[in-house]
Amino acid sequence: MIEGILIGLTTALTLQNILMVMVGCFFGTIIGMLPGLGPMTAIALMIPITYGFDPATGLILMAGVYYGAVFGGSTSSILLNAPGVPGTVATSFDGYPMAQQGKAGKALAIAAWSSFAGGTLSAIYLLFMAPSLSKVSLSFRSPDYFALMILGLTAIAAFSSKGQFLKAMMMVVLGLMLASVGQDSLSDITRFTFDNMNLTDGISFVLVVMATFAMSEALTIILKRNDPTSAAKQVSLTELGSIKINKEERSKMYKTIPRSSIIGFLIGVLPGAGATIASFLAYGMERNVVNDEEKEKFGKGSVNGLSAPETANNAACSGSFVPMLTLGIPGSGTTAVMLGALLGFGVQPGPRLYMTNPEIFWSIIMSMYIGMVILLILNLPLIPYIARILAVPKNYLIPLILFFSVTGIYVMSFNNFDIYLMIGIAVVATFLRLYDFPMPPLILAFVLGGLMEENLRRSLLLSNGSWEFLWDRTLTLCILLTTILIVVWHFYKSIIRK
Amino acid sequence: MNINTTKIISLLFFIFSAFYLYTAYQIQVFAFDENAPFNARTFPIYLGYAGLFFSGLKIILPEPNTIKVDHKNLEYKKTAILIVIAIIYGATILKVGYFLTTSLFLFSSYYFLGERRWVLMFLLSFPFVAAFMYLLHGVLDIYLRDPFLKSIGVMG
Repeated sequence: MIEGILIGLTTALTLQNILMVMVGCFFGTIIGMLPGLGPMTAIALMIPITYGFDPATGLILMAGVYYGAVFGGSTSSILLNAPGVPGTVATSFDGYPMAQQGKAGKALAIAAWSSFAGGTLSAIYLLFMAPSLSKVSLSFRSPDYFALMILGLTAIAAFSSKGQFLKAMMMVVLGLMLASVGQDSLSDITRFTFDNMNLTDGISFVLVVMATFAMSEALTIILKRNDPTSAAKQVSLTELGSIKINKEERSKMYKTIPRSSIIGFLIGVLPGAGATIASFLAYGMERNVVNDEEKEKFGKGSVNGLSAPETANNAACSGSFVPMLTLGIPGSGTTAVMLGALLGFGVQPGPRLYMTNPEIFWSIIMSMYIGMVILLILNLPLIPYIARILAVPKNYLIPLILFFSVTGIYVMSFNNFDIYLMIGIAVVATFLRLYDFPMPPLILAFVLGGLMEENLRRSLLLSNGSWEFLWDRTLTLCILLTTILIVVWHFYKSIIRK
Repeated sequence: MNINTTKIISLLFFIFSAFYLYTAYQIQVFAFDENAPFNARTFPIYLGYAGLFFSGLKIILPEPNTIKVDHKNLEYKKTAILIVIAIIYGATILKVGYFLTTSLFLFSSYYFLGERRWVLMFLLSFPFVAAFMYLLHGVLDIYLRDPFLKSIGVMG
């Protein structure tokens, strides 16, 4: 392994490759900040450029773009409450309230340090655990995935405050219903399209996230303009605040980062799970681990609540490289794009990658760490400038948010129908938000809907229609018991409170 | 049972779930798939029942914290205008083109939100959109359809 590390360092530390990581991080941050343009778009845009380089350099550039875009996505989550990618949705739960309290600089600094720590720790985990973790991820079967998704959705109950469990569950179901629109993945039978061709491919994730977060946020701000409570928020939004993290906040982060990085990395290793589940689970776990006083701060600008998903989503990014590099199975949509690029280079990922192209395998792992350092060096000093987006008056900021939302959908589909659909969903979401129906459960359910159906389909077909698959395997049973424990604990706590 | 807006929303969700469930049962599956353990309508049927279950519970169970919204303080008029402008923007963006519609959308939105600093309004619409278009189209090579700019010979 030492030899591998040295090979990796030799490749990653060449001037050209360091430059590639820097360029990748910089452009990734800018693209990731634009709502609607996430890491997948950023990496896809980079593929033609990377073909001009050798495979290791090309992948190093893409890895830099990936991390940069994830960090950029967090920035728009914190400043605009407009997560460009599902992995940064959980960041907005506490990042945005913190920005509203005039601590935007601090929120971005916490996100930057947490991302750095999460990425660094997971790069270390990857270094030592890649071979054995690939075996663990191979042992996951469809019932385990299905149970894991149920667990992820139930964990949302932990996000909703007192008395909102049923509202959150209704939003989960609504998210799954929206995800079921379009062609069935196996039989190609169209569902809930009402003979409208525009719905045949289903509703895109970017559309739903733009509608329920960015657009509905903008409409809510306008709607509540005369509300005395929201007026206070508007004033505080113009205060940028310091980027310094005090001792108390640091001590909170020291506890949160290690546990969230482990969750993030382990979830990232599972093919298909990725940064979204990791960030939601880390957020849910953190909320359950902290004391009651800190728990009350969740959703209102908690340091733990911001640090946990930020650490986990970056750790999951590194984790998702494990199945891609060792098994040839992408761990996320983004690594799927990178897998395509690798195949384009004529490199076949899999267990033999260690032997046939060790310089690629190890240089990617080494460049991850270098990428994290560069991302921190580039972005921390720029935070005060990035945060100035908040100083834009509401009269300008709201049309700009709407403009970014519509542009995101327009460049994706060139279709009027998608724009109308987005406006329609945004209006409904704005109304639901007025009555405290939480939107994050809807988003997570929407993202997981397709995967959940796929894994339920496989499980039921393999068990010939019997639901015994839920307790046949120890792993599935353990995950399900954890889910039940969360629900029971939630109800127990509600009864105790009453 | 106290009737409030949350209960009414839950009732609407209940009706929506019932409609969803009815539509799920209407999904046409292949004849050989009809009695399979899982087909295209299985998951939607479960979802329909889940929707009925959770919204039904929300309707029946007492509300611990009633959400009260003061409608007098809400800016319905401005919100509605903004939505209408966004719909017009969506309707014209393909036919007229990205640059002109986006610039006009931004300019009119600033105006209806009460902004009257004309120079700033102009700078943050037409030149801003032009710069953004250059970033997307020129630098990132993302295609942007624009019949208007094409007709005046600015875009190829």
